[in-house]
Amino acid sequence: MEYRKDYFTDARREDLTEVGVTRRRSDVLGHVTGKTQYYADRNFAGLLHLKMVRSPHHHARIKSIDTSKALKVPGVLRVLTAKDVPQNIYTILCLIQVEPNDEPVLAFDKVRYRGEQVAAVLADSEVAARAGAGRVKVVYEELPAVFDVEEALKPGAPLVNEYHGRNYFTYEGHHCRRVRFGNVDEGLAAADHVIEEMYQSSPIEHAPTETTGCIVVPDQNDRYTCYSNTQALYFTLAVGGGFGGKVDVITEPIAFLSAMLTKRPVKYEYTREEEMQVSSPRAAERIYIKDGLSRDGRILARKVRLYVDAGAYSRHSPYGTTKAAAHMPGPYTIPHVSVDCHCVYTNRTPSSAMRGFGVTIGDFALEVQMDKLARLIGMDPMEFRILNAYRDGDMKAHHKQVEGAALIECVKAASDLAHWPLAERCKAMSSEKREA
Amino acid sequence: MTKVAVQFTLNDEEQNEFVDSGSTLLAVLRGKLGLYSTKAGCHQGSCGACTVIIDGEPRLSCLTLAQRCTGRMITTIEGLTRDGALHPLQQAFMEGFAAQCGFCTPGMILAAKSLLDRNQSPSRDDVIDAISGNICRCTGYEPIIAAVLAAAEQMRAEMKKSA
Repeated sequence: MEYRKDYFTDARREDLTEVGVTRRRSDVLGHVTGKTQYYADRNFAGLLHLKMVRSPHHHARIKSIDTSKALKVPGVLRVLTAKDVPQNIYTILCLIQVEPNDEPVLAFDKVRYRGEQVAAVLADSEVAARAGAGRVKVVYEELPAVFDVEEALKPGAPLVNEYHGRNYFTYEGHHCRRVRFGNVDEGLAAADHVIEEMYQSSPIEHAPTETTGCIVVPDQNDRYTCYSNTQALYFTLAVGGGFGGKVDVITEPIAFLSAMLTKRPVKYEYTREEEMQVSSPRAAERIYIKDGLSRDGRILARKVRLYVDAGAYSRHSPYGTTKAAAHMPGPYTIPHVSVDCHCVYTNRTPSSAMRGFGVTIGDFALEVQMDKLARLIGMDPMEFRILNAYRDGDMKAHHKQVEGAALIECVKAASDLAHWPLAERCKAMSSEKREA
Repeated sequence: MTKVAVQFTLNDEEQNEFVDSGSTLLAVLRGKLGLYSTKAGCHQGSCGACTVIIDGEPRLSCLTLAQRCTGRMITTIEGLTRDGALHPLQQAFMEGFAAQCGFCTPGMILAAKSLLDRNQSPSRDDVIDAISGNICRCTGYEPIIAAVLAAAEQMRAEMKKSA
């Protein structure tokens, strides 16, 4: 792929001074006067409130849904179930080949995570919508659930998502996203030390101060306006904190359908509890790193097995898993690399984007591993990183040449700031060229 | 639903409204009076985005019944801007990058104003204490604390000049 612009042309100019300088935001006057208009800062005549009936189970078959009692609540106008959704199964990233469609707008045959959307209650007031949601009777038959990525890949594990047929995302016919560089087994065999460690993270919720939501308003001629805080279209409009947590498009489809069926404006806003329970978190990851190390401090081989817990549906996790694969083996030049990154479906809340998703947890694992390796051979951890750092012109494991490298300079600057005594030989090293 | 009459002073103006019994001040400000500067972050009194000043004290409007506000003086962020001139707190938040997404900003500034109205020379700890009920998820608290202290200094300098 060709980039339109060479991002690194000016990277080493000496007169760059922007970092650390406070600039006034262009939108800050609105913020400090309270005039910035967020999606919910508007009112519409005849506004309906949507309250979602959610699955109390992690994995269950839906036997029946009875909406009759909900419809008797004063103020409740309509209750939508899967039967009302003409095109129910979708996925967000179909435009970048994340397929097949694997997620319903409203669940119909079964629910695959706790908090999944089952029925939408539409009412004149929030109070009535809530009361109605409490009176929708759903009968479930619980199914065995799986919550662990490696358990989910074992034969006989409960099948989470039938649209995939297996508990993992398939990458161009392969069971995981793979990176191969050199011959990792040869590299490990030639090493003086081989060390294998496991790292694991939990899901992380973004917890924006403004919860996820939208308002859909019918206009003339069968057109609709959607006021939304999704980050999927506009990264720069007024959003009360996103951090990737609002890049899924989950509230909009059912709010649109509700507005189309009722011909009235519809607001669907997560409560704080919903934001915590069902908005997609950063994926939990489990990462195994096996390294072959020479006595003099060179990493000869790195073998990575990485599992991303996508939860019950794809959302952004197949893409995040690809990012995780491309990010390995970290900013280090290692002659023999093998990476297997698995995007795994479990009965947990679907995970999705969050600040550097696919990369951040991998970095945590890699850098802890780097400290362990340095300790193993009794080398200063800063020196160890500089020694193995990639340089301009090196080939990365995913076969792209390094340009604009700055790791050595960053480690040196950090060492300076921390008054960390760097080994003499490090001072002569540079990202721009490899010393003789 | 039963309606009740409420009468209070909002940003120096008399308000007389009939509101649903049991509705919160937050719902009345946003839904009835169209003052959207007061934000709803949690509806359970834990985030501080809905902070307003009632009789000089910072209060969570999501947990305040509108009918309990009769006879009270209420200030929202609209009440801080006099004749188009910004309050020193608003100015300091602008200059010091103390607002990123802006969602917590009105509540944060009102919590700080309530402090500065009571204490013209707050310590850093006083500022931290005053905004401890207001959650910010993007800006980070340091620029906010610095902005409140800068505004306090600015206000002291202005008072000295006018004295």
